Amino acid sequence: MTTTSATVSERASGGSAADSSSAAPARPRRRRRVAHAARRWTAFGFAAPLLAYLLVFYAYPLWRNIDLSVHDYNVRAFVQGNAEFVGFDKFVEVFTADSFPTALLNTAVFTLVSIAFQYGIGLALAVFFHSSFRLSGVLRALFLVPWLLPLIVSSSTWAWMLNSDHGIINSVLEAFGGSQINWLTSPDTALTAVIIANIWLGIPFNLVILYAGLQNIPSEVYEAAALDGVTPWQRFWRITFPLLRSVSGITLLLGFIYTLKVVDVIWVMTTGGPGDASLTLSVWSYREAFGTGQPDFSPAAAIGNLLIVIALVFGFVHLRLQRNGDKS
Amino acid sequence: MQHSRSRYLTRSALAGVAAGALVLAAACSSGGDSGGDSDTFTWWDPYPQHEEGSEWAERVAACGEEAGVTIERTATDTTALTNQALLAAQEGTSPDIILADNPAVSTLAETGMLSTVDELGLDVSGVDENLLAAGVLDGETYGIPIGANTLAIYYNADILEAAGVDPASVTDWASLTDALAKVTDNGDKGITFAATGTEEGSFQFLPWFWGAGADLTQLDSPEAEAALGLWKGWLDEGYAPNSVITNSQNTTWEEFLTGEFAFAVNGTWQVNSAAEAGFGTGVIQLPGQNGGVAPAPTGGEFILAPVQTDTDRYDTSRQIVECMTTPEGFVETATTFAYYVPPTVEGQDALLEAEPELQPWVDAVRAAKGRTSDNLGTDYPVISEALWTAIQNALSGSASPADALAQAQADAAAATE
Repeated sequence: MTTTSATVSERASGGSAADSSSAAPARPRRRRRVAHAARRWTAFGFAAPLLAYLLVFYAYPLWRNIDLSVHDYNVRAFVQGNAEFVGFDKFVEVFTADSFPTALLNTAVFTLVSIAFQYGIGLALAVFFHSSFRLSGVLRALFLVPWLLPLIVSSSTWAWMLNSDHGIINSVLEAFGGSQINWLTSPDTALTAVIIANIWLGIPFNLVILYAGLQNIPSEVYEAAALDGVTPWQRFWRITFPLLRSVSGITLLLGFIYTLKVVDVIWVMTTGGPGDASLTLSVWSYREAFGTGQPDFSPAAAIGNLLIVIALVFGFVHLRLQRNGDKS
Repeated sequence: MQHSRSRYLTRSALAGVAAGALVLAAACSSGGDSGGDSDTFTWWDPYPQHEEGSEWAERVAACGEEAGVTIERTATDTTALTNQALLAAQEGTSPDIILADNPAVSTLAETGMLSTVDELGLDVSGVDENLLAAGVLDGETYGIPIGANTLAIYYNADILEAAGVDPASVTDWASLTDALAKVTDNGDKGITFAATGTEEGSFQFLPWFWGAGADLTQLDSPEAEAALGLWKGWLDEGYAPNSVITNSQNTTWEEFLTGEFAFAVNGTWQVNSAAEAGFGTGVIQLPGQNGGVAPAPTGGEFILAPVQTDTDRYDTSRQIVECMTTPEGFVETATTFAYYVPPTVEGQDALLEAEPELQPWVDAVRAAKGRTSDNLGTDYPVISEALWTAIQNALSGSASPADALAQAQADAAAATE
């Protein structure tokens, strides 16, 4: 860049002959155009692997999911590739199914209650561990255990602890004079049971991110506040919480998306049952596609698309809120 | 100077494009054909528990050697196997041989991805009709069962003796419920079974359903209601634990092995485990509502040969299948799998000669019924889902047995029309 402009200015200043002055500006411009095109090719060349990766692993599956949902794919059509185009029939089928209102309500309750508690408990723990004390490192590490366990292990363990007849939770309840609660087998408590397990699973994620956010708050702010004689309560609500705003926003958004797509925990603990009692949209999608002997890919893909749209909407809401926040 | 720079830029651009192309090429070639080699035959089965070097793996390899080829065996669990088989068929990369769970056979056959036994030139005349039925779709047979298992009731002899119950007295639903009452009065637990919301739940319910005389095409019949009422009654009386609603067959078996339960419904595959239990065990047939042996559903895998573009491969495939389905072959499979009853009379006789104590299981298999038979075929999975949902709703108390079954019938009718 610098070499080119230097040459041009030298030539322009040193040029005396009329013929050379008319030709001189033309040549470098052509050269510059060549260089420019080459640079663009270089840029494209370097971006190509990424573009190819995005196309193969993101665009194609997404397109395929939409394709599945607008065709009538039974197993026969799936193998032979001659599924009939049905437009939005599969979406209508999903929206009018008996399970739809239940699944939608369960998804809302499961997601919102889960992230509310995960965030609340995660934030409380982060603040607690922020004031370093003896063993705080060890304790904090222990809180990460749920994150380290394979999901299938932790969900099976929860299912075992919540077992109606010989689960440890009922044993404790009964030891204190309570009566047996059919956590996983009663339509009244199944959703609560899977939410409890999911909250436990999500706390470490919230703890880690919020803890990192806390460490970014300059200690001078706290020192200044201490000089002003702030109470611990004010300290949290006036300083910590407002300064954690953007970290909180991204934690809640990620938590929302993670919770929206939870299948494994619910599937291992209740398979969405009894009946539809703990059925969420993602579990329903999985059940349609892989939960029975007769895979129904089209409605499963339609539910999947719906989930993507919901996640996108909340993503945009997040961006919007953040932009408004930045302005103010 | 400028020249070399632009050449450098072009070169790096080319390198980048080449790298991109490489990624694309790698992504595309991953779906290439797998069965191109004429000396290597691919084999999929749902037995990941039998690893390389196990008796089963060696037996598969031996059948390949006999046919003059090498068998490349891949084991996946049973649900994943069906999905992978469908995907492979879509890509045109089906393996030469698949061992698939019997209710999946009609689903796979429906797609047109399986060759028939006639095309392969196999003889299936010796196979028990009730067992072969699961492999028949619209009059064509698509595979051969390599063995069969089914359900019966295991009992804890110590508990029954303590409660003064003679296992031989359990001949119908009333006498079984009686026995449960006596056992629970004596302070022990009654019966455990699997009523989870998957195919296993329907599988365990069918002996009672069929034992009452109900039919899968009419889920809301009074007979069906009686069967579901029986299970619901056991739960309400405390004869069966509430956890049966989420129990898989494995969990059921673990509960039985604690020694706290008098009875457990389970399959042939637990014979060895029962013998090693820390208490006396025995087996009785599942009773029908008014006596007699209730037809239990058959379990077990079929050996299938997917359609290949290179039809020359069929001859070798046939030899491999034949090697697995001789009477000696059946007995060998039966003992490897502790226990898998051969699907032919010849094979059953040979097995009984070696292991006479398996008589009740051979009887049970002879009385058993394929889930997809009665010409249900690919409707079965849909009906089964409606049925297990009804079981879940009734047992958990969300609906009465009658309402749950009426809903199931409506759902099944809507989905199969």
